[in-house]
Amino acid sequence: MLRKLFPHPYLTLLLIITWMLLVNHLKLGSLVFAVILGTIIPIITAPYWPDRPLLRNPVAIIGYILIVLYDIVKSNFIVAGIVLFKPKTKLQSAWITVPLDLRTPEAITVLAGTITMTPGTVTADMSGDGKALLIHCLHAPDPDSVRDEIKSRYEARLMRIFE
Amino acid sequence: MEQIAEIVISLLLVAAGIFGLVGSYGLLKLPDTMSRLHAPTKATTLGVGGVLIASMLYFWIFRDTLSWHELLITMFLLLTAPITANFIAKAHLHRFGNADDLPDTQTDHIWATFEDEAEELQPVMTRTTPKPAPPKADH
Amino acid sequence: MIHYALIFAFSCFGLGLLFNLYRIFVAPGVVDRVLALDTMVINIIALLVLYGISSHSGVYFEAALLFAMTGFVSTVAYCKFILRGDIIE
Repeated sequence: MLRKLFPHPYLTLLLIITWMLLVNHLKLGSLVFAVILGTIIPIITAPYWPDRPLLRNPVAIIGYILIVLYDIVKSNFIVAGIVLFKPKTKLQSAWITVPLDLRTPEAITVLAGTITMTPGTVTADMSGDGKALLIHCLHAPDPDSVRDEIKSRYEARLMRIFE
Repeated sequence: MEQIAEIVISLLLVAAGIFGLVGSYGLLKLPDTMSRLHAPTKATTLGVGGVLIASMLYFWIFRDTLSWHELLITMFLLLTAPITANFIAKAHLHRFGNADDLPDTQTDHIWATFEDEAEELQPVMTRTTPKPAPPKADH
Repeated sequence: MIHYALIFAFSCFGLGLLFNLYRIFVAPGVVDRVLALDTMVINIIALLVLYGISSHSGVYFEAALLFAMTGFVSTVAYCKFILRGDIIE
């Protein structure tokens, strides 16, 4: 019964917070409306997202977000330096294959998004069976070290959160 | 206090402007499409993020109204930037990419974009139990 | 001081818009044009918020939020069209 009413409790929570930020002031009326929206929308969209994602360790998400934010700022400086000061001929772009240990779609989505936002790497594609990611590096003299850093820095942490 | 806030907001605005400009300049300078994809997704996100945080601080300190909309826009941009980048990369691979230029997947399947062209689109990432493999014929 | 920083940021994002416009006209392929349009949307969001600061008005955040959403959806629709030849199958 509870499972039917709240197919995705985290999505409900996220919708309530988003609605409260959108109306921009704390009133009981808007909170009630937020709860109604947060209940109805997950029920309507449940057929498109049948499985409930497993979160083993929700507290670890905060640490992960902080690390990713730090990396985003760092990657901005690195990419800006490459764009401004590196001549075209010295740019060593590379394609990298990252084999995945993660299996759930949600975890792989988070990993792909993280890779796109961090230093000089963009996720371009996934293998047909979902076991490897294709990544493009803007400037990678040593592609293997980039792959190892992705696996140790992000994937290991996501493993602890999701699986 | 207001002096410090003014300096911080000005610094944020200047840094955001520089990053936004570098993002657009990278679009002109970098040599090929996949490299060009890097500049806007990264530099511009921090550019807009800096402007939005500066705006939030400004309205909070000098106008006494705490507005959460900036935070929403920043979050929205941070969440959607990887998705658009991924879509554009896939579109580029589909349109101009050559499967031989890419590294091996190290699995049994080829990259999804090229697999779609070979056969009808199948939902790959569903969590249903996989079908048991057909028994191998004995020799 | 904020006034001068605002003018600087305005000119930076305006120049960025011009760069994007050039890239839309002179591009090797349709994918680059989509990328330039996406960047253009992000620059315009920044300009809208900057204009909101300079005119001390909070109205422009709603506009910026709407712009962010339509920009995202239109980029995805363009890419979907390139990928599949159809937007909603």
